[in-house]
Amino acid sequence: MSLNIIVLAKQVPDTRNVGKDAMKADGTINRAALPAIFNPEDLNALEQALRLKDANPGSTVTILTMGLPRAAEVIREAIFRGADTGIVLTDRVLGGADTLATSYSLAQAVKKIGNYDIILGGRQAIDGDTAQVGPQIAEKLNIPQVTYAEEILELKDGHVVVKRRLENGVETVKAPLPCVVTVNGSAAECRPRNAKRLMKFKHAVSPSEKAALSPEAQQYVDKRPYLQLKEWGAAFVEADPEQIGLAGSPTKVKNVENVVFTAKENLCLDGKNDGQIEDLIKELITNHTIG
Amino acid sequence: MANFYTDNPDLKHHLTHPMMRKIVELKERNYTDAEKFDYAPVDFDDAMDNYDKVLDIVGDICANTIAPNAEGVDHEGPSVANGRVTYASGTQVNLDACRKAGLMGMSMPRRLGGLNFPITPYIMAADIVSRADTGFENLWGLQDCAETLYEFGSEEQKQKYIPRVCEGETMSMDLTEPDAGSDLQAVMLKATKKEDGTWVLNGVKRFITNGDSDIHLVLARSEEGTTDGRGLSMFIYDKRNGGVNVRRIENKMGIKGSPTCELTYKNAPAELCGDTRMGLIKYVMALMNGARLGIAAQSVGVSEIAYREALQYARERRQFGKAIIEFPAVAEMITVMKTKLDASRTLLYETARYVDLYKAYEDIAKERSLSGDERKEMKLYKKLADALTPLAKGLTSEYCNQNAYDCIQVHGGSGFMKDYACERIYRDARITSIYEGTTQLQVVAAIRHVTTGTYMTLINGYVEQTVEVRPELADVKSNLVAMTEQYQKAVETVLAVNDQTYTDFMARRLVEMAGNIVMGYLLLLDAQRNEAFTRSAQVYNKMGQAEVAKHADFIANFNIDQLDLYKQA
Repeated sequence: MSLNIIVLAKQVPDTRNVGKDAMKADGTINRAALPAIFNPEDLNALEQALRLKDANPGSTVTILTMGLPRAAEVIREAIFRGADTGIVLTDRVLGGADTLATSYSLAQAVKKIGNYDIILGGRQAIDGDTAQVGPQIAEKLNIPQVTYAEEILELKDGHVVVKRRLENGVETVKAPLPCVVTVNGSAAECRPRNAKRLMKFKHAVSPSEKAALSPEAQQYVDKRPYLQLKEWGAAFVEADPEQIGLAGSPTKVKNVENVVFTAKENLCLDGKNDGQIEDLIKELITNHTIG
Repeated sequence: MANFYTDNPDLKHHLTHPMMRKIVELKERNYTDAEKFDYAPVDFDDAMDNYDKVLDIVGDICANTIAPNAEGVDHEGPSVANGRVTYASGTQVNLDACRKAGLMGMSMPRRLGGLNFPITPYIMAADIVSRADTGFENLWGLQDCAETLYEFGSEEQKQKYIPRVCEGETMSMDLTEPDAGSDLQAVMLKATKKEDGTWVLNGVKRFITNGDSDIHLVLARSEEGTTDGRGLSMFIYDKRNGGVNVRRIENKMGIKGSPTCELTYKNAPAELCGDTRMGLIKYVMALMNGARLGIAAQSVGVSEIAYREALQYARERRQFGKAIIEFPAVAEMITVMKTKLDASRTLLYETARYVDLYKAYEDIAKERSLSGDERKEMKLYKKLADALTPLAKGLTSEYCNQNAYDCIQVHGGSGFMKDYACERIYRDARITSIYEGTTQLQVVAAIRHVTTGTYMTLINGYVEQTVEVRPELADVKSNLVAMTEQYQKAVETVLAVNDQTYTDFMARRLVEMAGNIVMGYLLLLDAQRNEAFTRSAQVYNKMGQAEVAKHADFIANFNIDQLDLYKQA
C-alpha cells in the first residue's frame, strides 16, 4: 500500500548550545548567535515517516515547514535523508504567530495538499517547547492524534498502532487513519544524509531562493523539475487573515526575565521514620518540584 | 552537532590541494557523466563541493554514531557460531549508518552504482573513520577490494559484484595462511578446475579480516605441482554460494571490533578473476598497494585521535596548581605529536594524489589509447605512487604508534587505567605497523626507490616548487637542502660498498632519511600555502634534521665487518 505521508518540520535556533549572547537585552532570542537547525524531534518524526515509506514502497514523504524563506534548508536536509519533496509555507503576514495561528496556517496548508494518510511531527520544537502545534492541527483537521509516539508498530487496514512513551511507562494505542502522530525524542534517531541524494538535490531551491541565483543557475534549476521546491503563501492556502500571524495570535508576551534558582529554605530528614520519605515525595509533587 | 570533518580544518587544506584540479578532470572525463547521472558534477567546483559535502556526512556519522560506539564495540567484540560471524551491536549500527549514507563503493564508477570519487577524498573518509573507531575502519575500508575487482575482473564480474558492494555488502581479501604470512608465495589453498570449467576451493586461510564477508577475493594455488608465486591465481568467492565457514575468530590485542577469522574452504565454488598465474604477481600486489594506502589513512586517524585525547587531557589535568600542558616537557610531547600527525597526513595525501593520477590514466586507457605524453605521465605517476606507498604505510604507522605511546604518557597513571580512550588507541595502533606488510617489509619495497633515485626525483620536484619561500621558512628550506646532501652522501656510501647484506642492513636508515626529507618538503609546501602549518614545518624540520644526522652518522661510522655484531645464530 502506498501512503501519502506529511512530516511537519521546523527550523529552530540551536538552543542546545546556548552561549552568553543567546538572548538580546530585550529578552528576545538573538537568532544571529544561534545556528538554525532542523528541530531535533522533527528528525525523529522524519525517521518514522521514512520507515513507513521503506515498508510501503511507492509512498511519498512531503515535508511541510512554516517559517522564513530560508526554512527551505530544512526541506533540503529532509530530502537528503530520504524525503521526496517539500513545501515552505512563508509569508510576511504569517510572521509573529503563536501556536494557535501557526497550527491554523499549517492546517490550511495540509488541506491544500489534500490527500494524506498520516501526518507526523516532532513532539515539540526546542525554541518554543509548547508541544501544542501538532495536537492543534489534529483538532483543526478534525482527525485523531497520538502524542509522545516512540515507534509506529503497525500501519495497515486503515489504522495505525503506536507505542507511546509516557512518564510512567509505555502505552500502545491504535488510531484510525488519517491521524496526526507527534514523535518523542526517545524514538529512533533519523538516518544520515545519503551521499547520492545530497549530490542530486543540493541545488534544490524554493522560488525565492531561485530568484537570487545567477541566470545560468536559474536555467540549471529550470531544466530539472526535481530541484524546484514549493513555496506557498497565506493567500494560496486560503488562510483567513484574521486567524494568522500576529493578528491571529492571542498569546501576548508581557515580559521575559531570567530566573535564577536559589534554595530559600532547607529541610533535614533523619530517615528514622519511614513516613518521612512518603511525606517528602508528596510535598515535592504538591509544589511541582517533581511530577 | 559534532563533526569530525568540519572540526578539523587540516583536512580541507589537503582536499583543496592544487593538484586536485587535474585529478578531478581526469577522473570525471570532462564531466560527461552529468548528462547520464543526476548526482554527477557539472564542473570542477561542483565536484569539489560534492566531496566537501559528502565528507561532511562522513564527519557527522563518525562524530555522532561511530565514535560513541567505539568503546562498546571494543568491549563486546564480534562472536562466531555455526561458522558465521555476528558483529558487535555497535558495529552493526555503524555499518547500517554507512550503508544508508551511501558511503560504500565510494570510488567506483557511477555506472556500477558508485560515487566515482577519486582516491584522495575516499582516503580522507578513511582517515576520519579511523579517528572515530580504528577497528571499524577495517570493515568499512575493505570496500577497497572493489578497486581490484574493477581493475582486473571481467565486465560480467564487475556488473555482478560491484553494485552489491556499493549497496553495502562487505568484502575481504583472503590471502594469509598458517604457513604463508609475509611470504605469500607459500599459499597452498587449492583451486581445482572442474570438468565443466568452474572452480572450487579447498583448504584453510588464517588471520582474515572480516572473513565472513559477502564477497571474498581469494589467493589460491591453481597450478598443481607448483610451489612459488607463479602458480597462484585470484578468485572471487560469493558467500551466497556457501562452502566457506569461519572456524574461529582470533582474540586480539586491538581493533577488536574487526573479526579476524580462520576460514575453512570445502569445495567452495569460486570464479577466476583475471588470468591464472597472475594472482600474486599482479592482482594481489595491486590489492596490497591499495590496502597499504588504507592502513596509512588508518594510521593518520590514530595519530589524530591520540593527539586530540592527549591535548584535551593536558589542558584539563591540573598539577602543582596549573594545567599540565603548561609544563614544557608535556607541551613538547603535544607539539611533537601534532607535528608527527601533520607530517603523516601530508605524506598520506601526497601518496593518494599520485595513486589517483596514475589510476585515472589507467582507467582512461581502457576506453581509448593514451597519447605518448599521457603514457609518459602515467608511468611517472605510477612510479611515484609505488615509491610513496610503502613510505607512507611504514612511516605513518610508526608515527601513530609513537603518538599512541605519548598519549598514554601524557595521561600518566590514568592512562594505564581502562578509564580513558588512550589505552584502546594504544592497542589499536599496534597492528598498523604489522599488517599489510610490516614496516620491515615496507622498507624492502621502498629501498629500490632509494637506490634507483625515485625519491630524489620527488625531492628535486619539491626543490623546484620552493624556490621562493616566506622569510620565516628560509631556514627550513636551507636545512632541507643540507639534509638532502647528507642523504645523498649516505646513499653513495652504502652503494659504494656494493654488498647486498650491507645495503639491506642500512635500508631502513636510508628509507627513513628519504621520508624525513620528503615530509619536510611537503610540510614546507603546506606552510607556503597555509600559514597554519608553519609551526609544524619548523618543528618537523628540527626533528628531521636530527634524525637524518643520526642516520648519516651511523652510516659514516660503520664498518662492514661490524655486521657480524648484529647476527644471531
